[in-house]
This record gives sequence, structure tokens and C-alpha cells, in this order.
Amino acid sequence: MDIRQQKILAALENKDTSVYFKDALDNEMVLNMGPQHPATHGVLRLLIKLDGETVAACVPELGYLHRGYEKLAENCSYHEFIPHTDRLDYLSPLMNNTAYVLAVEKLLGIEAPKRAQYIRTIISEMARVSSHLLGIGALAMDVGALTVFTWTFREREKMYDIFELLTGARFTTSFTRVGGLAHDMTPDVISAVKAFFDQFPEKFNECITMLNTNRIFVERLDGVGRISKEKAIAMGMSGPNLRAVGVDCDLRKTQPYLIYNEIDFDIPVFNDGDCLSRYYVRLNEVKESVKIIRQCLEKMPAGPVHANEPKKVLPRKEQVYTKMEELIHDFMLINFGVNPPVGEVYHAVEASKGELGFYIQSRGEGHPWRLKIRSPSFMNLQSTSMLVEGGMISDIVAVLGSLDPVMGEADK
Amino acid sequence: MEISPVIEALIKIIVVIFFILLPCVAYLGVQLERKLSAWIQNRVGPNRVGPYGLLQPLADIPKLFFKEDIVPAAANKFVHSLGPLISLTIAFSTFAVMPFGDTLPIVVNGVVHNISLQIANVNIGVLYVLALSSLAVYGITLSGWSSNNKYSLLGGIRSSAQMISYELSLGLSIIGIVMLSNTLQLNDIVKAQSGYYLFGFLPNWNIFVQPIGFITFFVAMFAETNRLPFDLPEAEPELVAGYHTEYTGMKFGMFMLSEFLAMFAAAGMITTLYLGGWQAPYIEYLNLSPFVVSLVQVGAFFTKFALIVVFFMIVRWSMPRFRYDQLMNIGWKVMIPLSLLNIALTGLFILKPIHTWFN
Repeated sequence: MDIRQQKILAALENKDTSVYFKDALDNEMVLNMGPQHPATHGVLRLLIKLDGETVAACVPELGYLHRGYEKLAENCSYHEFIPHTDRLDYLSPLMNNTAYVLAVEKLLGIEAPKRAQYIRTIISEMARVSSHLLGIGALAMDVGALTVFTWTFREREKMYDIFELLTGARFTTSFTRVGGLAHDMTPDVISAVKAFFDQFPEKFNECITMLNTNRIFVERLDGVGRISKEKAIAMGMSGPNLRAVGVDCDLRKTQPYLIYNEIDFDIPVFNDGDCLSRYYVRLNEVKESVKIIRQCLEKMPAGPVHANEPKKVLPRKEQVYTKMEELIHDFMLINFGVNPPVGEVYHAVEASKGELGFYIQSRGEGHPWRLKIRSPSFMNLQSTSMLVEGGMISDIVAVLGSLDPVMGEADK
Repeated sequence: MEISPVIEALIKIIVVIFFILLPCVAYLGVQLERKLSAWIQNRVGPNRVGPYGLLQPLADIPKLFFKEDIVPAAANKFVHSLGPLISLTIAFSTFAVMPFGDTLPIVVNGVVHNISLQIANVNIGVLYVLALSSLAVYGITLSGWSSNNKYSLLGGIRSSAQMISYELSLGLSIIGIVMLSNTLQLNDIVKAQSGYYLFGFLPNWNIFVQPIGFITFFVAMFAETNRLPFDLPEAEPELVAGYHTEYTGMKFGMFMLSEFLAMFAAAGMITTLYLGGWQAPYIEYLNLSPFVVSLVQVGAFFTKFALIVVFFMIVRWSMPRFRYDQLMNIGWKVMIPLSLLNIALTGLFILKPIHTWFN
């Protein structure tokens, strides 16, 4: 080794060649998912901290669809708010209509006639079927199976045809009224419902066989987004998501409303608390809903669909135009509202997404002093970050799909 | 009259690109995929442009050309434009060694010219195809990186990881065939699949000789072409559109074109390597003239090819997508051991052919 080489070597040995990183493992990236994103079911925004493909942290940000419905309700009469309930969970508007008028009726202390209650049960369950169909289809689409979504949508379209026949609108139905319904269910609607549910189980089996027998689909959901029983209760989960962790809680059984205590049906409960259980709960609930609707159609009595409470229930239009009494009632109800007694009331129903409750505070005026909506999607979304952390990006969409949130309801 | 090989190759290139590939992309690709997905999904599909919607691809292409070409402000403009070019060039190049048929005998002035129905009969055809399919990942990765979009970047990364994992089993499954046919020349591999196998009526195609290799090759080809269930680089619900999120107009069109071409290349390779390529079984019993035989063989190639393409499409519209870790698990824990097993079994059968086993 000559002197030159030795000099170079010495110079290299003395040189500080170390490289310092503040944190060698710090290769995290913040990904902004939404509010404009194909998989966030509307306008949910998720801020995700990613370590490679693994989710290190996730913060959901809500409010992009906030329309201030609770405040709006304070300036609406009780009847005027019914169309707004359509826009809460826009996948099952009939259910929201029913839930809201049930709360108002509880405040007023009146009850709709039996036939109206049967019809409300039928439309609620149809709304549940339609909402779950979309939930299942969207979940399948989120994990990549595009076709099932269109198959479930085909069934939903048929249901929307029935809704159109029944209410005059496919989407924003506004069908219920305080003390009854907008109008009776005509025989052709009943036969349409019967015809639909005669062919439905077969078509539904077609859709779910495509998913249940697909190993990729099952593996994508099995064990993903798992939550324990205690945590699910602590996070305020309700509906199918709660029943997927093994809690046998369904307001239709625990606090029966409408005519659910006269109907024979089961509550599907699964114990794993992962995406697959949530999917199975929805799938079985659809089957139970079909059972409920069939029984309702069988048992449905004849009779009026409006309570005989002239001071509280809007009279029929044909009577308003021909009879003095009804004209006066109509004038008073439209201009000054139903004027319930002073007090407060909370009524919750088992909606397709979970416990949908309306808390109404009345000061005896024609409009609520305060109306609070307990929306299940909002509560279910609380646990999003808990469910997705530690998973992969692909799991986020599976978790969101299985939680089945509707942003119209979460943001109100 | 002797045509120089360069001119002959040029003519073949033009014929293949303009009379085979582009119509295939337009009709077997875009149109059939849209119609097929519509049939699967209870829809009607394109039916407005021309009779039965047959002119739809002709309406789509000008639309793509006239779209605004947007390059994101912070993107690396050169690489951003380079990405689709790489993808497209490589997708086209694969067809250079694809044998569409054996030789077409054409009689000119009483002299028989045997025209090889392959653009270039490269003696390392298999290696050439493998090399190109590895290069294809550059188009995707570079465009994902240069778009300056996190979704695109994730798509690009996924793509490269996926390609590396599945390239191995792809190469390993081909080794079995190379061992059997003792050649890397694609046309010779097809010729080696002539004759009959077992009982004298099953064609001697590699799908029957190498069933394990066929399965691993087929699955790896799905992964190579980024089709569902392996379309992670462009997973729509997760990564919006993955590596081509930031592409518009014809640059997006080039990605779409190269994706279809990659699928066709995959179908062509599967046909060539495993389904006997242009071999039409039992044709020798019909006593046809060499010219007709040659045409029937080209028809046989395209029939097999089209069936594989249709299969690719049906799978795409009926399967969910794998998760990243599941994809890796399958690639490394199932596919590679299976293809190694295939090599071992092939070696065993070459050493001791099956008819000597029971003597």
C-alpha cells in the first residue's frame, strides 16, 4: 500500500460517515379519503395515516351533508316536518316517516287505527328490505364484486315501483300522517306487494349465493373490523351492527311498537363482531322482514286508516271541500298546527340502520320547541377509527360497507 | 419475385396492428366487455350508436381524442406523459412473436411462397415475452409516481409488488413447457403440441400434459394483466382509479388500450403455450388443401383466443377483489410451490415417461 492510498484510507477513517434520521421508521403518509370518493357512501371524509398499506390512524370527519334539520324542525309545524324525514336515511324514507309520526302521536296521546298500523309495519319492513339490499350490494361492490350491486338494485327498483304505486313518489315518499296515513293501501298495491314477495326470495338467494359461496368475498370480510361486545355497547352501536357482536337487542322485540308483538319473527344474532357477521345479520334480517310482511298481509284488518281525532288528524280533502266542520279543522290544523300538550317525549324504532329515535320537546305550540334526532348511522360511525386501525386500506372500504352508514342521516 | 424480409415484416406489422389488434380492442375488447357486463348485470349495454350499438367503439375513440388533456400542476410532466407510452408500446410489442398460424402457402406465378404467420420467429420467444411483461410494470409504476397523487402512488407500488411476485410463478410454470418441447421458440412450442395424448384422441396440448402448470400460469396471467380479482393497482373503491387517476383524454385511452392489449397478449400466450396455439385437432382426417388448412388453423387460434378473453371478462364481472396481503400469500405460498412442484413432476415424467411406468 503506497503512501497515497494510506492517506486516503486515513482520511476516510477519520471522516464521520454516519447518517442520522430522526426516526428511521417514520415513513407514514396521510391520505385524505373523501368527501369525494367512490367508497365513502356519500360525503364521509376519512383522514388516514398510512404506514405502507397498513392504517395507523383514522379520523372520520362528518358534516358535509349537514342541512340543519333539527333546527329546521323548530320552524315547521308537525306535519310540515314529515317530508324532511324522507331526507334523513334516504334509503328507507318510509321507515323514517313512520318513526317520526309515532313520536308525534306519542306526544299527542293518540293512536292510529289497526289497519294503519299494519300498513305502517308493512312499509317499514319493505323499507328495511330495500335498505339492506342496498347495504349488501354496496358492501359487495366495495370489495370488488360489481355485479351483485346491480342484481340487488334490480329488486330495489321493483320495490320502488310499488312505492310509486302506493305513495305517488319513488324516493321521497312522505306517506305517513299524524294519526294515520296519507291514504289507504289499495287492493292493487296489496297484490303488487304479494307478487313482489312471491318472486323475491328466489332472486335474493341468487344474489347471496353469488357472495356466500365466493371464497374471496368471505375471506375479505372474515375477521376484518372486529369489535368486542363491551366496546360496541360503549360506542353506542345499534341495529344490525350491534346484533353482529352477539347482543340480542332489537327494539321490535324489547319495546314493541306498532303491531310487532302480534307477529312471529326471529332476531338474527351473530357473535363474531366482524364485517362478515354484520353482513350475515343483514342478510338474515331481510328474510325475517319477508316473513313479517307476509304475516301482516294475511292478518291485515279492514277499516279506516285515520284516527277519529278531528282536532289532531288532518281531515280528508274531499270532506274539506264539502263539509263545514272539516273545513274549519283543516284551516286550524294547517294554520296553527296540532298543538300537542306541553311536555317531552322520546320514541325510537328499530330502523334499518339501528335505533332511530325522535326526541320532541313541546311547549304547546304548533311546532316543536326542540326536536332531536338520534340517528343510528351517526352513532355507528363513531367506532370507524377503532374498527379500521391496524387493518389495510382495502379493509377500510369493507368496514364502511359493512357498517352501512347513510350520510344524510349521520349529518342530519 | 422475392420480397425482402424487412418489407415482409413491415407488412405483417401493419396487418397485425390495424387488421387484428385494433379491431380486436374495439370489438372483442370494448364492445364485448360492455355487452357482456351488461348481460351479466341485467342491463342492456350500448345500443344507441349504429345497429345494435355496433358503432359504439367508433364513437368512443374520437371522444377520448377530443377530451382536454390535463396534467396535474405538480406532476412530473415528462414522466407523466411517458407512462402511457411505455404501457402501450410494450403491450403492442408482445404480439411480435405471437404465432397466429403456421405458414400460409400463397402461389404467385406458379411459385409457392410459404408466408410465416408470425411477425418475427425469434428463437427466444418465451424469454422475449417474459421480458416485455416485466417491463410493462414501468409504465404503471412511473405514471403512478409522476402523477403526484397519493392514490396513484399506492396503485403504482401495488402494481410493482404484484408483478414481481407473480412474475416468478409465471416464469416457473413456463419452464415445464420448455423442458417438454426443448425450445424457447413459440412456433416450435406450438408444433410440439401436435399429435395426440392418452387414448389417442385427446390432443397433445400442454393443458392436458401440464395441468398444474396451466393453472399457475393462468392465475399468474390474471395478476400480470391487472384484471379482477387481481386488479389491486386500480382498485376502484379503494384507490379511486389507482395509477391512472390523474389521466384524461387519450392518455387514459392509451392505458385502456394497453390494458386490453395486455389481456389479449395473455390470452394469446395461454393459447400458444397451453391450448395448442394454432393446432386444430383432427384436421388431418379431412384431406383439405394446405391453404385451407392454414386458414382453419388461424381460425382455431382466434377461437381459442376469444374463448379465453370471454373467460377473463366473465371472471372480472363476477369476482370480488383480493386484499393486498391475501394476494401476496397466494403468490408466494401457493403459486410458487405449485409451479416448483410442476417442474419436479415434469422432470420425473421426462426421465420415466408414463407408458413405461407399468412395464
